[in-house]
Amino acid sequence: MSLFATTSALWGRLSINELPHDVIMAGGAVTVVGAVFATIALLTITKRWKWLWKEWLTSVDPKKIGIMYIILSTLMLLRGLADVIMMRAQQALASGDAHGILSADHFQQVFSAHGTIMIFFVAMGFMFGLINLVVPLQIGSRDVSFPFLNATSFWLFAAGVVLVNLSLVVGEFSAAGWLAYPPLSELQYSPGTGVDYWIWSLQISGAGSLLAGINFIATILKMRAPGMTLMKMPMFTWSVLGAMTLVVFAFPILTVTLTLLALDRSLGMHFFTSVMGGNPMMYVNLIWAWGHPEVYILILPAFGVFSEVVPTFSRKRLFGYTSMVWAIWAIVFLSFIVWLHHFFTMGAGADVNAFFGIMTMIIAVPTGVKIFNWIFTMYRGRVHFTSPMLWFMGFVVMFTIGGVAGVLMAVPPADFQLHNSLFLVAHFHSMIISGVLFGYFAGLSYWFPKIFGFKLNETLGKLAFWNWLIGFILAFVPLYILGLMGATRRMDHYDASLGWQPLFIVAGVGVMFVIAGVGCQVLQLAYSIWKRNENRDTTGDPWNARTLEWATSSPPPEYNFAVIPDGSSRDALWEQKQNNKPLPKDPLYTDIVVPKNTPYGLFIAGAALAFGFAMIWHILWLGAVAVFALLLAIITRTTSDNTTRVITAKEVKTMEGTQ
Amino acid sequence: MQKFRRLPLARIVAIGSTVFILLVVAGLIWYAHGHSIPVLQPKGEIGDKERQLIFFALGLSVIVVVPVFIMLFSFAWRFRASNTKAKYLPNWDSSRLFESLWWAIPSVLILVLSVVTWQSSHQLDPYQPIQSNARPLKVQVVALQWKWLFIYPDQGVATVNYMPIPTNQPVDLTITSDAPMNAFWVPQLGGQVYAMAGMSTKLHLIANHDGVYEGRSSNISGKGFSDMTFTANALPQASFDHWVAQTKNHHLDLSSQTYAALAKPATSKPLTYGTVQANLYDTIIEKYMGNMSTPAPKHNYHVDRPTMSHDGMEME
Repeated sequence: MSLFATTSALWGRLSINELPHDVIMAGGAVTVVGAVFATIALLTITKRWKWLWKEWLTSVDPKKIGIMYIILSTLMLLRGLADVIMMRAQQALASGDAHGILSADHFQQVFSAHGTIMIFFVAMGFMFGLINLVVPLQIGSRDVSFPFLNATSFWLFAAGVVLVNLSLVVGEFSAAGWLAYPPLSELQYSPGTGVDYWIWSLQISGAGSLLAGINFIATILKMRAPGMTLMKMPMFTWSVLGAMTLVVFAFPILTVTLTLLALDRSLGMHFFTSVMGGNPMMYVNLIWAWGHPEVYILILPAFGVFSEVVPTFSRKRLFGYTSMVWAIWAIVFLSFIVWLHHFFTMGAGADVNAFFGIMTMIIAVPTGVKIFNWIFTMYRGRVHFTSPMLWFMGFVVMFTIGGVAGVLMAVPPADFQLHNSLFLVAHFHSMIISGVLFGYFAGLSYWFPKIFGFKLNETLGKLAFWNWLIGFILAFVPLYILGLMGATRRMDHYDASLGWQPLFIVAGVGVMFVIAGVGCQVLQLAYSIWKRNENRDTTGDPWNARTLEWATSSPPPEYNFAVIPDGSSRDALWEQKQNNKPLPKDPLYTDIVVPKNTPYGLFIAGAALAFGFAMIWHILWLGAVAVFALLLAIITRTTSDNTTRVITAKEVKTMEGTQ
Repeated sequence: MQKFRRLPLARIVAIGSTVFILLVVAGLIWYAHGHSIPVLQPKGEIGDKERQLIFFALGLSVIVVVPVFIMLFSFAWRFRASNTKAKYLPNWDSSRLFESLWWAIPSVLILVLSVVTWQSSHQLDPYQPIQSNARPLKVQVVALQWKWLFIYPDQGVATVNYMPIPTNQPVDLTITSDAPMNAFWVPQLGGQVYAMAGMSTKLHLIANHDGVYEGRSSNISGKGFSDMTFTANALPQASFDHWVAQTKNHHLDLSSQTYAALAKPATSKPLTYGTVQANLYDTIIEKYMGNMSTPAPKHNYHVDRPTMSHDGMEME
């Protein structure tokens, strides 16, 4: 079977039979289609199409792109959570002769989608969202290096989101786990469209991530405010530089690996098959050579958030700045030489296993240094327990416990007993929920007033935190225990005599607390918008913070800073406040060049989406048209000279006057 | 006025939640205590050594974790904003002594753990035969969609989904797959190894107590994966010999034809074969070695070590 053996020239393998015909699956399809129609209807009724197009879809302003990333990621968080509910319900019910609510195949699609969505479309989205919102402001810059490329990155991410959700409506999703190990993910064992949806949604959004990585490295290296040497950069920016370096080195590996798998599946090649000289072990190595750095790509920016939050709310300078920088780069380096710890059980020799085990443990050292430095930032400070600080405290506790579990699994013979068990599942959720999600939640509530001009309600924020923390512990402590009891991951049912069911039920109750936590966050957002006039941030600096993003108004003007600030000390704003240096009353404004809005990012991603769809369904003519459209869009845009406009000094002065 | 009311509420929520969390964790541990926890209650030498390693690494980690938690909570309490009596040094941002301490102490602990890791990785290498006076029992394991086939080459018998073994005799397992990748795991005996098509991995285990031990595949391999459970039945030597003798009279025969039927994707009940075609295990592996477009060593899979043995991959 290959791409050329398709059933229909016009429709490829697409047919009416590909619509879901199971009640729960149809529910997913109806939800997706319903949400799309409801959005279209709402926009039409409120006559917002033009506004949407002008203000958002064609915008190249990183602040707006950041907001769009976060909106999409929030929606995807809800989708991933819906998957969790199904998984937990299934495992809580399917003991002994009971087979729960899902078929084995559907259950496998659900957990594969859960992992894929949470990593690629929630964690990555929140990360790039926050980076877009904060980095240019924090380095005292008016924009990123390549604003149009930045918009393109976002729209490629959005195209991935569309594809992954399209699989709910036509066809199916991969049932081969979130990393789709061959030979299971090869045509022989997964002939459907599921794995193809997985490949192309990641391939397209991954290209966007790589471009964004390049963009932010260039931005951080070239666009900093005068005086801001590398060792004066805020720690969030440092973390982002580390993470983006990882993106640039790691994502090409993902691109190549996915391409080879796609070639196997579409053109009958044999890179990773078990026959004809293919080698599945090569895939496992390659995917983790990307996959392990990916973990740190997500975690480093969250570390960066804590490095901003803790000093601000402790009213004290960040402890051990130089150590922190070294720790980041130690992690960046080490994260590329530990990938084999994901498969000690593959049967590599003791030397290889021991080497990778030891490298893995060494990562605990710089990570520990960061935790000690945060704790000593609180020491002799004045700690204000706002919700970002609560997320930080919760993070330290859960991340340390998860880290200990990680050290256990870094010892290869110990890992032989823990690998692929629910202990492993509990471990990486401890790391990613506390290390990534808690960090981004802290960041979102910290920077929310900067972006929207009003604060989020604190009471609801704290309630959300406690629900999340309780839910998290209830959901994952049973999984640690289940793993030690011999329960493996990804089981759709199990024997009743093992005594596992009560623990799965407790884990299900934990998820209900998490849902309550998310409910509090939704309520918090709605309530805060409703009461926004009571919580306005008129100063631009609502937290008495330290870095340059707080030196402009909230929300900042399109050009971020009317006058480029001075970055020549570490906590630039804090120093200014300490030295009582008043800003000049009537500064000298100059003309500001800003990029024009452009729909080409949207066009390029649209063409990429069409190409992905064509590859999934083997519709050759559509693939050809999409490639042509893609090239046309790129050439048209890159040969255009008319991409910027000028905001004159006079206009700036008027705008600043009204702020 | 409102400020005075809000503060205790936040504290009540925090204390209530913490107490609730601790109670739940205690309850869960109490529940687990009454049940079988195979990884922590192994019935064989290998599993036991792996359990000791888990506890050793845990112990070392606790040396760092406890001070972290104590400092986190005590600093948070002592330096809370409302405690204006606490010392406040807003510009104190580095200390060579402290920073050296937390680069150095974890490094020393990791160094200790590294030495242990290096040694234990070699000692407990699944390819390493177990030191024993008894001659090991050879079992060839084939992961199928979705069942486990156990071939006893020296006895000439085979089983599906159950694996009788004599207690106190090392078991020398060679493992392959005629299906997607699986992992062979009997937690009460010791750690797992992947089962992969076209190659042979090795695992050495031993049961030191009679008993029936649950095993399963820990790596997803398609629809019926959750049913890939089996038992390892550790029997006294005499009972095992008796079982072999009885089984040899069993009428089911495992030939190429009956194997082809067995290998079709389906779950299976436990089965017993009185006779097995010679070299069946090798044939299953060679199925994947044929039609190679590049020349490859044909018989490298039964080299004793390291033998993940596929061309091109050098894992050693």
